[in-house]
Amino acid sequence: MSSPARAEAPAVSRESGRLLRYVDALREAVAQEMEADERVFVLGLDVDDHKGIQGSTLGLQARFGTERIFNTPLSEDAMTGVAIGAAIAGLRPIHVHIRMDFLMLCMNQLVNMAAKMHYMYGGTVTVPLVVRSMIGKSWGQGAQHSQGLYSMFMHVPGLKVVAPSNAHDAKGCLIAAIRDDNPVIFVEHRLLYGTEAFVDEAPFTVEFGKARIAVPGNDITLVGVSNMVVECLRAQELLSEVGISAEVLDPISLVPLDFDTILASARRTGCVLVVDNAWTTCGASAEIIARLAEATSGGDAKPIVMRRMGFAPTTCPTTPALEQTFYPNPATIASAVHSLVRPKAKAWSPAPERAVLAYQRQFRGPF
Amino acid sequence: MPSPAKLTSEDIRRIYRSLRLIRRAEEEIARVYPSDRIKSPVHLSIGQEAVAVGVCDALTGDDVVSGTYRGHATYLAKGGDLNAMMAELFGKVTGCARGKGGSMHLVEMSKNVLGASAVVGTTIPLAVGYALALRREGRGRVAAAFFGDGATEEGVFYESLNFASLHKLPVVFVCENNFYAIHTPLTKRWASEALCGRVANFGIPTHRITDSDVFAIRRIVADAVAEMRQGAGPIFLECHTYRWREHVGPMEDYEAGYRDRNDMETWRATDQLERVGALLDATTRGKINIEIEKEIAAAIEFADQSPFPPPEELHTHVFAGQS
Repeated sequence: MSSPARAEAPAVSRESGRLLRYVDALREAVAQEMEADERVFVLGLDVDDHKGIQGSTLGLQARFGTERIFNTPLSEDAMTGVAIGAAIAGLRPIHVHIRMDFLMLCMNQLVNMAAKMHYMYGGTVTVPLVVRSMIGKSWGQGAQHSQGLYSMFMHVPGLKVVAPSNAHDAKGCLIAAIRDDNPVIFVEHRLLYGTEAFVDEAPFTVEFGKARIAVPGNDITLVGVSNMVVECLRAQELLSEVGISAEVLDPISLVPLDFDTILASARRTGCVLVVDNAWTTCGASAEIIARLAEATSGGDAKPIVMRRMGFAPTTCPTTPALEQTFYPNPATIASAVHSLVRPKAKAWSPAPERAVLAYQRQFRGPF
Repeated sequence: MPSPAKLTSEDIRRIYRSLRLIRRAEEEIARVYPSDRIKSPVHLSIGQEAVAVGVCDALTGDDVVSGTYRGHATYLAKGGDLNAMMAELFGKVTGCARGKGGSMHLVEMSKNVLGASAVVGTTIPLAVGYALALRREGRGRVAAAFFGDGATEEGVFYESLNFASLHKLPVVFVCENNFYAIHTPLTKRWASEALCGRVANFGIPTHRITDSDVFAIRRIVADAVAEMRQGAGPIFLECHTYRWREHVGPMEDYEAGYRDRNDMETWRATDQLERVGALLDATTRGKINIEIEKEIAAAIEFADQSPFPPPEELHTHVFAGQS
């Protein structure tokens, strides 16, 4: 059994890559792009302090100077506008937020300006902007440090949204985002920061709009988003012990979304469970299920069984007694899969202690 | 208002031409508007031209401006193409934004006119960010951010002032204070009239110009920009001015009761277009006027004759690099 702390990396990088933590992959991506392209710069609250955004920006200022990586006032609205202004002037800003919740303070600039400028100015302007933000979980993160708000950005044409689930994709997607001429909302899950995967040292990109089959399987298609890929991978291991073969898909990018791969897998397995790291209403899971429903209603010989899981429809509580039921986890995912694949069988759930993931168990906070 | 001392006759001709072009272009837009050929709401600057002209005349072509949805004056004063602007209002593919932006989103990057926004205050930090890039570029270029009195009530305005001052960025903040946010007067919106005082607290030099004197505005900006090109930080101008027409649309609206026609008449008595025009001899003035009428007629003809974008254009430019 593979270590549950290690998200599966694609076989292609195993030959040449090293085991690298997600956080180090992020930092390496930024450093390499800053080295290669002097237009790239980093701004954000606390990017240059002694913690360096959990280490993801640590040491960059010493290497690249205060002009290319600098702290900002707590003015998310204006700082987003400043980043956009610098982007249309030809620079390539990376605006860093330690929590995705704070992006709500940037919504006007991101939705009304960044997303639309290329279109409403008739293609005469491009906005090569990367907005990094982190989703928190556990250690009492609570209501305003835990939200996976990416579907709000998926709704708006003109924004790309990526949510890599492992260190390899974190590096490849971040480099791709920096090189992209469009605004990219880059979603990082805090608990993934310590996870390791095989990552090439040389710069590389992970193409947006291309899902990865993390584990092939036949009985059900499990689509995970962000860290839910890791949870799905553990569920898949537990399910295999009871003879259920789950295929785990990682969309990697939500806009653009590789729907074709999801649909092909769903048609083959006849059963889909989308597990999101967010609420289900109007979320990424709603979008994927809606598209599946549209694509398979009428023409398909056999209807596809579909279901989604996500945050409980509540605010995220701090107490672990409640928080643990707020999130999907490998046990609830495995149990849901079992009921979908074997609807007539007696309900089954793996032993709770076997469903705890190492990367969550080891997390000691803060942040 | 004293006569401008250091201005050449060429300066006066150029300033008059710019004021006159904006005034007449907008009067023509108002005249054409009822024909329904203009496919965009229009927020006319008639009466307010002196601020845009005074500021932009002190800039070079390499300097950058950002404007608002009441942006025809800014666009034209900075050298934006009249044909492309008119076509944009008509919704034609030859418009400066291919008919996808309209009057509220004029843009011309080749003239360093950043795209305008309909959401009050949103372009202020963009100008600051652009200025950050200009400072890094090190060629001494500056950015001027135009906005109305309403924008000074937005949090982003103060956030932008603070950041620009902190980093000593080359930004000319220009508040076109016409006393109304749509129909709501300052008295219902401002706890204190000391706008310049609020801005000065950020360590930014301020200038309050209450008579719309185009030459005074030009001189203040020219002096400040000369220092910015050597590394000085931002300045702020509060320019009082007056919108003669309704908030949006081609008409006057004094019968609505929220403001008094006499206020407008007071401003009209010191109309900068008339004032600058009077400094030119009749022949020179007449020649410029004729040229401008031809340009405007040609622009309307260009807009009329240009095609609408084809249907497939709906889906282009959602993402850069897409098509």
